[in-house]
Amino acid sequence: MTAPQSPDNNPRRAFIAAAGAGVAGLGFTVIAPGLHLMAVASDANAASAATEARKAGTAASPAVRWGLLIDANKCAPGCTKCVDACHTENGVSEKLPDPRQNSQWIRKIELVDKRNGRVTQLPMMCQHCANPPCVDVCPTGASMKRADGIVLVDRHTCIGCRYCMMACPYKARSFVHAPLHDQNPDVPRGQGCVESCTLCVHRVDKGQQPACVESCPEGAMMFGDLFDPGSAIARRIASVPTTQVRADLRLNPGVRYQGI
Amino acid sequence: MNLLRILVALFAAFIAVSPASTLAGDGGRAAGPAIEIANPGKCVAPVEEMRRNHMEMLKHQRDRSLRQGIRGEPASLNACIECHASKKTGSVLGKGDFCESCHAYAAVKLDCFECHQPRAGFKATGVKP
Repeated sequence: MTAPQSPDNNPRRAFIAAAGAGVAGLGFTVIAPGLHLMAVASDANAASAATEARKAGTAASPAVRWGLLIDANKCAPGCTKCVDACHTENGVSEKLPDPRQNSQWIRKIELVDKRNGRVTQLPMMCQHCANPPCVDVCPTGASMKRADGIVLVDRHTCIGCRYCMMACPYKARSFVHAPLHDQNPDVPRGQGCVESCTLCVHRVDKGQQPACVESCPEGAMMFGDLFDPGSAIARRIASVPTTQVRADLRLNPGVRYQGI
Repeated sequence: MNLLRILVALFAAFIAVSPASTLAGDGGRAAGPAIEIANPGKCVAPVEEMRRNHMEMLKHQRDRSLRQGIRGEPASLNACIECHASKKTGSVLGKGDFCESCHAYAAVKLDCFECHQPRAGFKATGVKP
């Protein structure tokens, strides 16, 4: 048909090869001649390709909505790596005499179906709702949603009234009861304010993933842009059944679960 | 008349200059705060402007960073601390350190560090609560 060409000097072949390598890190393993095992790269790798650092001086864009997809089937019983990583990253270390007063940015919960004994594990944190009730009830405007969908507390204006803690159906927020000293420079937090998962906003702005996602040994958590149809998380949500916890409240959480 | 004008101008110039010279602790009549500056001349704005407006700069920067997500602005509390933390204590808040010495001198309460970390290069080591 055409003169034989080595792959090196055929620009189209080089382009096709590069495009193939770029498709979510698809890998091929030859099982037998003509028979290939196609493997999708781990969730973590795929998600890291979806994020990039925002340029200094530019604001968060409403064209992006950061979200998480958590696969409860992969979440291992007894593993608290995401919780530990979150608390290390964000400097949550206080141990108060009443442990109920300790801050809790993320927690592992266990669901048991009493009819058949099926146990499901999952991490639960701020769900970064599109219509967050914590923002609705805040009397000072401290509870806020950033343009890219991350729900935060502006501690400069938070008066610690805790209305948002009451309003949150996910019990995602904590009140800081005691003076703190060992804050992470990137994560200021202090007594008298309410706080919750920030989706590691300081890491996301640098193009990194949240600490919990990065730490999960099972690859059960995926981070990315829900609005970008080409992102790994959006493609997964489009292809497998996923759940929003308490979808009946119509808060449209940015954290989605699979397998619950 | 001209002489009077010159005298008034001289007096005004003295008033304008004197707070700066006392703050600098150059042996003026009033006891000034001792300010240790690790990297002189590398600040984001001239000294006079920083003295008068650093709180406004930080306030506007904090709102832009937090609410709009704008990062990498020159006025940043973390950048202040990285440059101005004392070599001895590693902090801006110890006795005689950069922030503390002036705020104690001016009797202005310093709330930033109830939440922010006053030590340069500090890395939090959180544990599971």
